[in-house]
Amino acid sequence: MVSTNTELAYNSKIEGEVIVSRADAVINWIRTNSMWPMPMGLACCAIELMGVGASRFDIARFGAEVMRFSPRQADCMIVAGTVTYKMASAVRRIYDQMSGPKWVIAMGACASSGGMYRSYATLQGVDRIVPVDVYVSGCPPRPEALLDALMKLQDKVKRERSAKNLLSA
Amino acid sequence: MSATVDVTTALREKFPQATLRDSLDHPAVNLPAADVPAALRFLRDERGFDLLADLTAVDWAEGASPRFTVVYHLFSTAGHEYLRVAADCVSDLEPAMPSVTALWAGADWHERECYDMFGIRFEGHPDLRRILMWEGYPYHPLRKEFPLAGIETPLPDAEVAAATGTKVIAAPMAGGPFVASPGEINLTEAEPRAKDESWNERHEKPEA
Repeated sequence: MVSTNTELAYNSKIEGEVIVSRADAVINWIRTNSMWPMPMGLACCAIELMGVGASRFDIARFGAEVMRFSPRQADCMIVAGTVTYKMASAVRRIYDQMSGPKWVIAMGACASSGGMYRSYATLQGVDRIVPVDVYVSGCPPRPEALLDALMKLQDKVKRERSAKNLLSA
Repeated sequence: MSATVDVTTALREKFPQATLRDSLDHPAVNLPAADVPAALRFLRDERGFDLLADLTAVDWAEGASPRFTVVYHLFSTAGHEYLRVAADCVSDLEPAMPSVTALWAGADWHERECYDMFGIRFEGHPDLRRILMWEGYPYHPLRKEFPLAGIETPLPDAEVAAATGTKVIAAPMAGGPFVASPGEINLTEAEPRAKDESWNERHEKPEA
């Protein structure tokens, strides 16, 4: 019998209150749309990061507006600014305190490579101390660039084998 | 102008070893290190130089003697005039200078920075620790023999160093320090960049 169902949205009467999906899809869907950032604002990039959080660019559209200043509650560390060697230990410790799964965005030239600070005091790229998922170019990057980085990270998380990782953990 | 001439004259009457120092802007004097606390106290109490605007040092490079000169910039908030006082450190290898934190509390961090960057010990300072670099850093970065790129040393935190296997490395210079071009209207042109872009990590520096 050909169904005459014209429902476009989920209708519990028709579906019998059951949704069939893959665990990966559900877990990744949840993770991508509630990625709470740890704002590691260390220099001028932090100002752009604030711009991303404010109404004009509005990172809330991607579910990442909840800037968590406690690493225990954060999923994604956004390293926004110049990391000095003196600060590097603090960055690493905060990364260690974040609960998994966790991701890192290196925002701007300084966090990605040391930027123009080719000097004795500056860590030459935050990837020397923490694993970076997305690098953002710019000095500082435009807010759109950071939003693009977040979308790239969401795409990456959507491809993760989350259920397998959870079961094997 | 007569007031500023007076201050250097009065200082030289009181401290006969003081000499006039060449200066393009404000009046300046040289002092022996031993006279520094007494002379600065005289300037503060008798001549109204109540503000220590800056305290820094000069490294005249290895081999020069005297090698280190500490420079004080004094300002009189009543007389609206500056005075520069310079004092050579007696020892070139273990430079030291009497602290003036008793005269200006604000000298505290200036002297710590000066100690951090040049290795000049300020005798009588209440808490002479490094202020910019971390405790245990083995060098004084603003000394002339210290390269801008830095020297390989362990990370300040041993645990983090063990977890990451990272060290403080000499920064890759790739064509020299990145400098901005002032006065450029085109922001793309004015952005900080190496002036010599003919070489980098992948392409050797061409023979001169």
